[in-house]
Amino acid sequence: MSLYSVQKLLFHLNNDAGISARFESARDTLLDAYALSQAERAAIIDGDVGTLYIMGVAPLLLAPFSGRCKLAWPDYLAALRRARAAAEPH
Amino acid sequence: MPLVFAAATVHGPGITARRDAATPQQRDIFFAASDILRKRMEAAQLDALVVVSSEHYTNFFLNNAPPYCIGLADAYDGPSEDERFLRIPRTSVPGAADLSQHIAQSISGDVDIAHSRELLFDHGIMVPLHLLTPAMKLPVVPIIINCQMPPLPPLARCHVLGRALRRALDARPERVGVLAAGGLSHWPAVPESGKLNVEFDRAFVEDFLANDTARMTRYSDAELVAAAGPGAHEIRSWIVAAAVAGGHGGELLCFEPIPAYAVTGCLATLNIRAAG
Repeated sequence: MSLYSVQKLLFHLNNDAGISARFESARDTLLDAYALSQAERAAIIDGDVGTLYIMGVAPLLLAPFSGRCKLAWPDYLAALRRARAAAEPH
Repeated sequence: MPLVFAAATVHGPGITARRDAATPQQRDIFFAASDILRKRMEAAQLDALVVVSSEHYTNFFLNNAPPYCIGLADAYDGPSEDERFLRIPRTSVPGAADLSQHIAQSISGDVDIAHSRELLFDHGIMVPLHLLTPAMKLPVVPIIINCQMPPLPPLARCHVLGRALRRALDARPERVGVLAAGGLSHWPAVPESGKLNVEFDRAFVEDFLANDTARMTRYSDAELVAAAGPGAHEIRSWIVAAAVAGGHGGELLCFEPIPAYAVTGCLATLNIRAAG
C-alpha cells in the first residue's frame, strides 16, 4: 500500500497540465515514476474511484480525478457509496 | 479609511456547477442575496479585496502544507477545475501585489505565513468572485488556509491572523474589503455529500455575527468533523474575517439550506470596528 504515492499522482494529474498530458501520451512510463502497487495502478488506469476511496485517497483529490474519468457527479457519488457498502462487514 | 467592507460566504462548487439542481425557491433566495452582496461590494468602491479561502489540494500537497499562504502575484489563473464542470470560464484575476507584499511583511511578526507568486484559484475563490465581481477586474489578495491536511492551524490562531491582517490594512490608504469564503457544515465529495447540519450552521452564524471569539473558536478539529463534516474546517476563513472586521453585529443576507449545493447557502456582512 503506497497511499502517499497514489495521492501525489492524483495531485499532479489534477493540477499539472504537463503530467496530465503525459498520462495520455506515455502512461506506463509516467506511472513507473510513482511507487504504486499493482492494485493501485489498476484502479488509477480503470478510473475506479470507489476502490481508490476505500484505499483511503482524499475525496478532494478523487473528485477532480473523476471528472477526468468522465464520471458525472451523481455517478461519482454512487461509485463511492457502492464501494463503501461492499467494503462494510456483513 | 482602509477597511470598508467585510463579508462572508460559502463557496461550494455546486453553487455554479449544479446551479439548476436546487429548487427554484432555493435558487431565487440564494442568488438574490448574492446580488445584494455584489451591489454592497460595488457600493464600497473597493481598490482591492482580500479573499480568505481554503486549500483543496490545488496548490499544496502533503510534501509541503503551510498553515496559511498569501499570494504575492500580479495575476492569478482560475478556475483550476474543468471550466465546463464549474461553469466558470477560465480567466486571469488581477492581483494587488503591492498590498500583498505589505500585508505579508506586516503580519509576519504575529503569524508565520507562507507566500507564493503562483497560486491557482479553484472554486474556493472563483465561485465567490464569479458571483460578486463577475467582471474579474477587482485586484485581489488571496489568503489560503490549510483546511485539508492535518495538523491544521488552530481556530484561535486564525483569529490571530485576522487581527494582524486588520493592523496591516489600517496602515494602508486603499479602500479594501475582506471576504471570507468557505464552510459551513458540509461533507464534500464523500458518500454523505448533500448532508448538512443546519443547527450547527445557525449557531455558528449567530456567533459570527455577534463576533463572539470564544464561541467561534471553541471547537476541536474532531468536534468539527463529528458535528459538521470535514468541510466545516473551512469556518477558519469566517473566523479570520470576524477578527479583521472586529465589530459586533452584521447582516445575514441569506440562510438557506441547499443540499443540492452540499452547503447551507449563507451570505453575511459584518460591521467594521473603527480603526485604532
